Amino acid sequence: MLHLILFSVFGAICVAGAINLLVQSHPINSALSLIAVMASLAVEYLLLGAEFVAAVQVIIYAGAIMVLFVFVIMLLNAGEEEKTGGSRVALLFGIPGMLIGSVLIAWVLLEHSGTGSVPAGALPGSPKTIGWLLFHDFLLPFEVTSVLILIAIMGSVVLASREEIPAPGAGGPR
Amino acid sequence: MSVIKTVIGLFILLTAVAYSVWLERKVVGHMQNRWGPSRVGPFGLLQPLADGAKFLFKEDLIPPHVYKPLYIAAPMLSVIFALTSIAVIPVGNWVDIAGMHIPLQITDVNIGLLIILGITSMGVYGVALAGWSSNSKYSLLGGLRASAQMVSYEISLGLSLIGVLITAGSFSLREIVDAQGGVFWGFIPRWNIFHGQEIAFFIYLCSAYAETNRIPFDLPEAETELVAGYHTEYSAMKFAMFFMAEYANMITVGCLATLLFLGGWHGPIFGPPILQAILPVFWFVAKVFCFMILYIWVRGTLPRFRYDQLMAFGWKFLFPLAVANLVITALVVALTA
Repeated sequence: MLHLILFSVFGAICVAGAINLLVQSHPINSALSLIAVMASLAVEYLLLGAEFVAAVQVIIYAGAIMVLFVFVIMLLNAGEEEKTGGSRVALLFGIPGMLIGSVLIAWVLLEHSGTGSVPAGALPGSPKTIGWLLFHDFLLPFEVTSVLILIAIMGSVVLASREEIPAPGAGGPR
Repeated sequence: MSVIKTVIGLFILLTAVAYSVWLERKVVGHMQNRWGPSRVGPFGLLQPLADGAKFLFKEDLIPPHVYKPLYIAAPMLSVIFALTSIAVIPVGNWVDIAGMHIPLQITDVNIGLLIILGITSMGVYGVALAGWSSNSKYSLLGGLRASAQMVSYEISLGLSLIGVLITAGSFSLREIVDAQGGVFWGFIPRWNIFHGQEIAFFIYLCSAYAETNRIPFDLPEAETELVAGYHTEYSAMKFAMFFMAEYANMITVGCLATLLFLGGWHGPIFGPPILQAILPVFWFVAKVFCFMILYIWVRGTLPRFRYDQLMAFGWKFLFPLAVANLVITALVVALTA
């Protein structure tokens, strides 16, 4: 029972944070709301028994990626955004589309509930099982993803240091 | 039960925070041929209480140009994250009091180490937001430096711990300590620092000093350039919260070093049963104390790094070293297993 209450409370915090993220006009408030979303998601994972995923969610998303977001906002000293009326396309298609999407998801979940559901904590969530899955069953996708990330890192390094490479024929020191 | 343990744990931690400030002032004072605090009480032992009272009764000044919500929240965030991580740190084995078998730990979780890493990685927000919301150039520079430095050194810190995790085969702090019991050749303790993790300990030490913003990596509050860095605009209790957070983080880092590298509460056990029950906790506290003394010693000895040196040291030296240590440890474990 306590489990369910906590789950609902943190779910509500998550949704409230997401809405606040959109409503706030100052970038740093939006970034902080996103941190709240990440942290409450981590709690949801924890309540579902996926403790490793929860810890990694906090360490990587809330603790590293969002720090960089905040860092960039601080560095650029981004001020308040100007409020515009919002685009008409978003009003006409976005909101109905979102409603239809969430109704569809809810319908699918309700339709199939009970067929494949498992009690919370019954799925493999411990570090050991996740490690086993990553390095045995999903070894190739895992390694390919890491190569992809490596390529992205190298690409960003090349882009960042572009000025320092002398243009061909510019007569730079050989 | 947990409530009692939490209250006791917090009380001990806060007392330790207050007295490590006293210890630091005293030891650094003697290193610099001064007396350090000596007026309040014998050896200045009541100085922390006087300081606390002063912080409480000072006027809490809020400059007019700050962004108020975050300015107020930032020191609280700092101190909350600093005090939370004590919850998963075990200080000793089990004790039997009045027929109850009690672990000397507020809560035992099997991913204890990850939880500590998560909490400490959130700690940077207190510093970064304090720097930004103060709306002053010194604070902003301090906050920027803190966030860049903490993100950079967190990587080497995490990688240096993975070697220990591989040898112990668990994320649980209790199991990691249990794996370090026993001795080699009859006299060398089987602690991780004597068990192939010497380089990892060095990396951990450097990264931990950087993570807690201590000399030689205290760029976020470099007095000579930034007045006081991220807490320039803070006064009274809000400043005290940053101070408490810094020392609480130092103690957490010391506890973690003790648990992961220095064998936790393992040490010579002898004497009557009551002494045998107390000795493990004594060894744990003694090791943390040595670690704190090392912190202070380094502060009294080393000058501050330049900012580019700090980044070069983190990324070009510690990071490759940590990766190399990880690969070698993994190879050794795989070949001997």
